[in-house]
Amino acid sequence: MAVILRFRKLCFQEPSPSSCNEHKRQVTKRDGEKMKENCGSEEDGLRRKGVKEWRCVDSCCWMIGLMCTAWWLLLFLHHCMLASLPGAEPPGARLGRQGVAALHPVVLVPGIVTGGLELWEGRPCSDGLFRQRLWAGSFAEIFKRPMCWLEHLSLDNETGLDPAGIRVRASSGLVAADYFAPGYFVWANLIENLARIGYEEKNMHMAAYDWRLSFQNTELRDQTLSRLKSKIELMYVSNGYKKVVVVPHSMGANYFLHFMKWVEAAGGGGRGWCAKHIKSIMNIGPVFLGVPKSVSSILSAESKDVAFLRAMAPGLLDSEIFRLQALEHVMRVSRTWDSLVSLLPKGGEAVWGNLDWSPEEDHVCDWGTRKYQPQLKAKGNETDGRHSFQVQEPAKFGRIVSFSKTVSSPDATTSSKSNASCGKVKTEYDEVSQETIWKISEERAYSADTLLDLLRSVAPKMMKRAEAHFSHGIADNLSDPKYNHYKYWSNPLETELPEAPDMEIYSLYGVGIPTERSYVYKLSPPGKCRSIPLQIDSSADGSQNGCLKGGVYFVDGDESVPVLSAGFMCAKGWKGKTRFNPSGSATYIREYKHIAPANLLHGRGLESGAHVDIMGNVALIEDVLRVAAGASGVELGGDRIYSDIMKLSEKIKIHL
Amino acid sequence: MSLLRRRRRGGQDEPERAADAEERKPEHRRAEKKWSCLDNCCWFIGCVCVTWWVLLFLYNLMPSSFPQYVTEAITGPLPDPPGLKLRKEGLTAKHPVVFVPGIVTAGLELWEGHQCAQGLFRKRLWGGTFGSVYKRPLCWEEHMSLDNETGLDPPGVRVRPVTGLVAADYFAPGYIVWAVLIENLAQIGYEEKTMYMASYDWRLSFQNTEVRDQSLSRIKSNIELMVSTNGGNKAVIIPHSMGVLYFLHFMKWVEAPAPMGGDGGPDWCAKHIKAVMNIGGPLLGVPKAVSGLFSAEAKDIAVARAIAPGVLDQDLFHIQTLQHLMRMTRTWDSTMSMIPKGGDTIWGDLDSSPEDDYIPSKRRQNATYEAKDGSSEPEPKQKRKRRHYGRIISFGKDIAEAESSEIDRVNFQGAVKGRNVANTTCVDVWTEYHEMGFGGIKAVVEYKAYTAGDLVDLLSFVAPKMMARGSAHFSYGIADDLDDPKYLHYKYWSNPLETRLPNAPDMEIFSMYGVGIPTERAYVYTEAPWAECNIPFRIDTSAGDEEEDV
Repeated sequence: MAVILRFRKLCFQEPSPSSCNEHKRQVTKRDGEKMKENCGSEEDGLRRKGVKEWRCVDSCCWMIGLMCTAWWLLLFLHHCMLASLPGAEPPGARLGRQGVAALHPVVLVPGIVTGGLELWEGRPCSDGLFRQRLWAGSFAEIFKRPMCWLEHLSLDNETGLDPAGIRVRASSGLVAADYFAPGYFVWANLIENLARIGYEEKNMHMAAYDWRLSFQNTELRDQTLSRLKSKIELMYVSNGYKKVVVVPHSMGANYFLHFMKWVEAAGGGGRGWCAKHIKSIMNIGPVFLGVPKSVSSILSAESKDVAFLRAMAPGLLDSEIFRLQALEHVMRVSRTWDSLVSLLPKGGEAVWGNLDWSPEEDHVCDWGTRKYQPQLKAKGNETDGRHSFQVQEPAKFGRIVSFSKTVSSPDATTSSKSNASCGKVKTEYDEVSQETIWKISEERAYSADTLLDLLRSVAPKMMKRAEAHFSHGIADNLSDPKYNHYKYWSNPLETELPEAPDMEIYSLYGVGIPTERSYVYKLSPPGKCRSIPLQIDSSADGSQNGCLKGGVYFVDGDESVPVLSAGFMCAKGWKGKTRFNPSGSATYIREYKHIAPANLLHGRGLESGAHVDIMGNVALIEDVLRVAAGASGVELGGDRIYSDIMKLSEKIKIHL
Repeated sequence: MSLLRRRRRGGQDEPERAADAEERKPEHRRAEKKWSCLDNCCWFIGCVCVTWWVLLFLYNLMPSSFPQYVTEAITGPLPDPPGLKLRKEGLTAKHPVVFVPGIVTAGLELWEGHQCAQGLFRKRLWGGTFGSVYKRPLCWEEHMSLDNETGLDPPGVRVRPVTGLVAADYFAPGYIVWAVLIENLAQIGYEEKTMYMASYDWRLSFQNTEVRDQSLSRIKSNIELMVSTNGGNKAVIIPHSMGVLYFLHFMKWVEAPAPMGGDGGPDWCAKHIKAVMNIGGPLLGVPKAVSGLFSAEAKDIAVARAIAPGVLDQDLFHIQTLQHLMRMTRTWDSTMSMIPKGGDTIWGDLDSSPEDDYIPSKRRQNATYEAKDGSSEPEPKQKRKRRHYGRIISFGKDIAEAESSEIDRVNFQGAVKGRNVANTTCVDVWTEYHEMGFGGIKAVVEYKAYTAGDLVDLLSFVAPKMMARGSAHFSYGIADDLDDPKYLHYKYWSNPLETRLPNAPDMEIFSMYGVGIPTERAYVYTEAPWAECNIPFRIDTSAGDEEEDV
């Protein structure tokens, strides 16, 4: 390093004096004054050149150095600040002082996507990645070897299990899903607060599973359900015969439903296992009835964000320059994941609405002014006015997928499917004929029922595989022996809850964030290497009170899961004694109003209601802690509802 | 940005000034110098960063097989790792595998701590990078210590073992413990459902891991689960180092009836365990444990002291590393599980020991031997001094070598412990030696030589609290009559000389260990020069043999 510095000094200082001296020697006979001037100007000229040289590279270095130093300084200050700033007291510490202490063992069930996956056996291209995280963590491998990464994350398209020669397994332990990426917490906050009232690893368990597989396959391949059962039994016994509190998040709620049925039917637990071992289930942002988001991701690997991006920069995603074809790759990989199918809307038209009707139809979409209770009362007239206006033209949420009217008839000749130059990225769309796509778009609109047919025609293999594992209907007669099959276990509308009258079921979710509910699609413009023929019509901006934005209809929810899906079962489907809840387990709804973080210092917010950020919501953490310490739902204060979930549920007429 | 602009303006001013005559030149130079002070720094940092990034980038671009390629080019083709080789021979995963890590190698993480440990929640205190040792050493020591009375957590501190395979795959970055074994097992098809790291808090006594963490119950439940989910194939247990004793304890525990044991019934081991493959198991203890407890030293530290006599004892910076270390380790009950067991019968008495005929440099002699002519010429009869390995601790080299009749031992146990000689200046680093006083130390030295049998007495004299705790959990004798009902107590379970193996005729027990490395066996101690805060005993590093086998 010292050498570099010296070298630089040499470059910088040496040339001018020496060259001036040479000059001097040459012009000794001239007038002294003139010589001096001459030399002076010469020197300056050279110096200027020297300065220019130092500018070129050195300026860069200088800049970078400055930035690095500034960064370090700021980082240092930040650390000092964090240590000295008192900050808000974490709820765990406060409750700990109030005498709330660990009582019931806690089981955390992560949802889709948030759990880590690591490599146990791979192709040669994955050299050196043994037991490294492929999913979650730093995601460094995506950039280093994207194709290899995609190959290892895919499952077999026929079986839905490992492809030959590849073993990717879920990480285990609390680290599996505490942070998704560095600094992006998932369960970490909750874990830390639980620890503050006395929890540790002997009474807290992360039920990590491979979230790509269908639920039954996790047992088949990894015996995950057996392990969970054994773990719960162990914790029950070793913590003085205290029942466990289960905290599933997102898809974990469905997974745990499946587990409860499995353990009583196939897992050897027998009837009464749940009643004996489970105190309460605190579902955080559950997707009991599925999410519309899953539809768009299966159809075209898009979601709100992608559609938005496309609206902002129309050319970017479709550019063929770098042959990125990111969406195609994403689609190809994600279509091998059976678990996605478990998230499709369940309950059909009775729940999600048909072409003309939907439970949310008089939903107020004006997100800017939409405020709950107090404001509504204060300016009642105004809202009433708006309300009546909407009744005249309600948003058609029931049409989960509709095609925009301005379908330009695609030229069948130019958009021939098989393209030799970009045959690399094959999606299932390559096997779907152009006519089918045509017919699909002719149909104009799809409700939750017809949607499944649509998906079956565009993703035949995936649906065939996954429909052996999941079902999306409503049972007419639950005592029909066919419902003993495992494919019904994760659908709350086709199973009975276990016989556990003392078990409590909570639904904890955020409200107040626009959430995707249905989509406007169009045929994608024919492109050379594009093989996804459908895309969200991001130009479709509705006048319908802002419900339609960028080709997506929004309703109330937690940004991913609509209120309907998260709340309906606890609000109506299981409330009291119904045929889905024969033993009358108590259900509670706890909603958390979304309040965006006030400034950057708050990070992702202490009162956020967003699907994942809610795990840092102070009120939610407090509720979980209290229940884990022995409180019942009544002691928490029973239901706490901000959204119009009750009204929605009223409108859904299903036989209970 | 404003800085940059200012700098640029400085540059642009230059030509204007240059047009003027020389009288402005010095001023101009000065201006240049003014910002070169700070800018040079920035420039330098920038340079370093850029080169660093470039190198990092190049390193990342390098194909991952490159290092292997280089080593192959230098040393010739590498043999396949055993896992790969055996897979080609058709080996696949069958029996579930359980690893039992030993002392020190497994990670510990913080779950609850004092104010000073803020931000370390669920970070490793032991294992990993040991970053907190340097940042806040006293805080670290405080959290790693256990309660001196109970041998459990001190109030307000919860340090717990890391779970999962990560608990002991690497001790520190790049320092392998189980990682290579795991990788090779994975190559023949193992994964986490068939492999289990039975991590436990290695600071606690074995029974206390069950009392506090239910570690034994967890191991039992996991083995049962793995056996049942793997088609009834029995488990293969691989304990390492102290894990061997721990698993011995586990096997007794699991069969013992409920309140004290795991209630698995008398044939639990027969039903669930195929083999126990002990790696380097200190079944009868290790002499190293003695020196660790006695003076917090081991061979390495003694060597360090010989090389740089002053460093370790400096009072200058109030480092007192060894004292801190000793205070901390003496709260760890588990170290006592490795005190030599079996007494004089096994480890030898003052005059004889099983290893008496051992010639330390034998291997070297053999090598030279064959080089000479390869004939079977008998080894030249060296007149060797008899080594008395049985004297695990002796004070002074002459005592170590003297005949037993020459040693005049004065019993120390009756000695009156002196008043607290601890100077107030070093009260913060408290060791039990301070309570022992001067008289006690003299008495210990007067006894001169200690055999394995005396050791326990010695240790309970110098460290009464620790041994009081420890003797409730461990025992070091040999059972005369194993049917004696007292042997049902858990303190005998980890001593192979005081327990029966479980009734499992099909179970195999392997003992796998390395040989050929000089290993500590007995120590020559000296009384430390009296300093205020010192540990009064230390290994006498001046006592080197000509063969350097001490």
